[in-house]
Amino acid sequence: MSPVSRGFHRRRQDPAANAGRVPPGQYVTKDFPVLSAGPTPHTPTERWSFSIGRGGQRKTWSWAEFRALPSQDVTVDIHCVTKWTKLDTAWQGVSVDTLLDLSGHDGPFALAHCDGGYTTSLPVEDLRGGKAWVAYARDGRPLEPEHGGPARLLVPHLYFWKSAKWVRSLELRDTNDPGFWENYGYHIYGDPWREQRYAGD
Amino acid sequence: MAGTALRGRLTWQIAKVTAVAVETASVRTITLDVPGWPGHQAGQHVDIRLTDEDGYVAERSYSIASAPGEPVAITVERLDDGEVSPYLTDELRAGDDLELRGPIGGYFVWEPDDGGPLLLLAGGSGVVPLRSILRHRERTRSNVPVRLLYASRTLDDVIYRGELDQPAVGVEVVYTLTRHQPPGWTGYARRVDAALLAEVAWAAGVMPLAYACGPTSFVEAVSQVLVHSSYPPERVKTERFGTAGGT
Repeated sequence: MSPVSRGFHRRRQDPAANAGRVPPGQYVTKDFPVLSAGPTPHTPTERWSFSIGRGGQRKTWSWAEFRALPSQDVTVDIHCVTKWTKLDTAWQGVSVDTLLDLSGHDGPFALAHCDGGYTTSLPVEDLRGGKAWVAYARDGRPLEPEHGGPARLLVPHLYFWKSAKWVRSLELRDTNDPGFWENYGYHIYGDPWREQRYAGD
Repeated sequence: MAGTALRGRLTWQIAKVTAVAVETASVRTITLDVPGWPGHQAGQHVDIRLTDEDGYVAERSYSIASAPGEPVAITVERLDDGEVSPYLTDELRAGDDLELRGPIGGYFVWEPDDGGPLLLLAGGSGVVPLRSILRHRERTRSNVPVRLLYASRTLDDVIYRGELDQPAVGVEVVYTLTRHQPPGWTGYARRVDAALLAEVAWAAGVMPLAYACGPTSFVEAVSQVLVHSSYPPERVKTERFGTAGGT
């Protein structure tokens, strides 16, 4: 139990409708803040591709092929480790179930690779079962580069650094090796409801 | 990109406020005594946790303003619609306890061995982690050349002005005042754009290392200009404050 901070009073009263939707330590924002470690890449869709691989084998889609895949509209709450939560964000994308099934590849863990060199690690079971997408539109418009366009991973049940911006491939592997932020002390799994912000949480 | 910051569990602990200093009308620097502090790198941050009498908890992240080896200090700008920052700037005083954990983050950091020349680009309170870098450079007697370009709304909004007006040898500080300039102001008076960076930034050929920190729009703009000016993206480190990210 934390000690009381002398003179501190709650200022934000979240509507009752938000009850049970805001993980511990988070606050609701209406903005969509941006967090990235470097400059925003601007990869034109003509030079964009997405692939899923294991070992030397990989299945690759061009932008046109990717956009021709069946897509889904999803509305989800997202939670950033920097403490903001945004409710009811609307996305369009291809389910990772679809991509994994078409790839013919499988494995216990995935390392997402992105333009700009960013990586993040996830268990494949968190990418399956209708829980993850490669999203290319938000609110019906193409995803802006600063929010991860042309396409980003969307894994809303984990902290948002797992929803890797500018994603270009999923590398399936046997081991759960840390990615970029995980190497800098962030949690390997990142469940916002268990407040797994940093290693050891 | 090695995992230099990988360390054991980050536990919450109680720090004691030793001083609250006025930086500007809306900005305070809070110096803390943190028992057993493991040390930090220039550019890292801490998480602060406040708890009210009903057990309601609010957490935010703040960049560390002090250099490694100095007592931990954070510099906080009051955001009027914020929940945590007005408490930290207006209510907290020396002798109070403050719950925190850290240090956090290991990418937006600088050590003398990282070299330079350094280009530090600050938008508003984005100057805070860059000030830690400047102090670390001075305390380690590094002679890496530094240019700090600091965009502020007005001269009165410039944080650490006393220090920045007397830079160490090898450090150039350039202000641009984007909203209002005092009479007789001869410095820059516009937003940081490609033309301004062309005048102030190191040429890419000298292999500079850039750190940009500030609001998202500022960081997006300056980092794109640097990449278009042939700075390798991996030598442009960024830290963005969302409009609601620092309340």
